Amino acid sequence: MILPLTKDTIQVYREQDVVPFRGRVKEYAVKIKMGLVGQTKLITAASEIVRNMLKYANGGETTIEIVSRGRDNGIRLTFDDKGPGIADIPLAMKDGFSTGRSLGLGLPGTKRLVSEFDIKSEPGSGTTVTIIMWING
Amino acid sequence: MERIPILKLGAFLLVTIQIDLYDRLALDLEEDLVAMVEKTSVKGVLIDISAVGIVDSFMGKILGNIGSMCKLLDAETVVVGMQPAVAITLVELGLPLKGVYTALNVDKGMELLRSKIEIEDIVEADDDDDTSLN
Ligand SMILES: Nc1ncnc2c1ncn2[C@@H]1O[C@H](COP(=O)(O)OP(=O)(O)OP(=O)(O)O)[C@@H](O)[C@H]1O
Ligand SMILES: [Mg+2]
Repeated sequence: MILPLTKDTIQVYREQDVVPFRGRVKEYAVKIKMGLVGQTKLITAASEIVRNMLKYANGGETTIEIVSRGRDNGIRLTFDDKGPGIADIPLAMKDGFSTGRSLGLGLPGTKRLVSEFDIKSEPGSGTTVTIIMWING
Repeated sequence: MERIPILKLGAFLLVTIQIDLYDRLALDLEEDLVAMVEKTSVKGVLIDISAVGIVDSFMGKILGNIGSMCKLLDAETVVVGMQPAVAITLVELGLPLKGVYTALNVDKGMELLRSKIEIEDIVEADDDDDTSLN
């Protein structure tokens, strides 16, 4: 079972919100003594998802939690937006798929970087991405 | 407005990125660098990212763009000092740093640039020979 220990909510609606948000994620990762590679992967993943949220949904709400499962601790990040949603999630998760004329590696790349990845979307009502990085994988 | 300084170092330009780049700053850097390469007609650009903790796909794209634009202006780009954790992350993210070379530090980066430019000079000299023969 995954137990949340702390919870912090941050609104990200402007490009300038990205760097402070990443800083906050780092603070929490350092607090639970996550290794440098884990931290770097987590913050990079967070950066990708937050950029999608800004680009495709005009921003949204992020939640940072310290979570524990048995002896392991980790960081759980939730990105919740009220944008257009994603009609075909398996397609959006493919390397190279982009409706934004970009590289299309944000979602699949993020999934590779973190321990757990979940995406839920309802066309017309929004998208929620949840990622967890466990200290011990 | 905040801007990243660009230094001229002999035949090259050196940019040291000391802070987390937010989008506007990165796009300004791209623009400033390309303008400077054109103005000074240097043959090489070194971008020191040893103080950068996070390179996401946006920043990766900017580095790649700088590389391709400088190439069009006949200059090579070397990204130096990438932290190991950043390198590991980029590989897993799947981001190809296309159009740029990488080197461990500024010295190695300069060496690399010198060797690239020498090779080009030799090839160009050969081309000239060919035309004179025709
Ligand atoms: N929050 C979101 N709301 C609506 N659509 C989204 C959202 N996030 C992603 N998408 C859709 O999923 C596609 C794939 O996203 P992904 O991040 O993998 O690639 P990208 O953003 O297009 O390119 P890159 O991240 O490489 O710059 C996007 O092009 C977009 O159509
Ligand atoms: Mg993306």
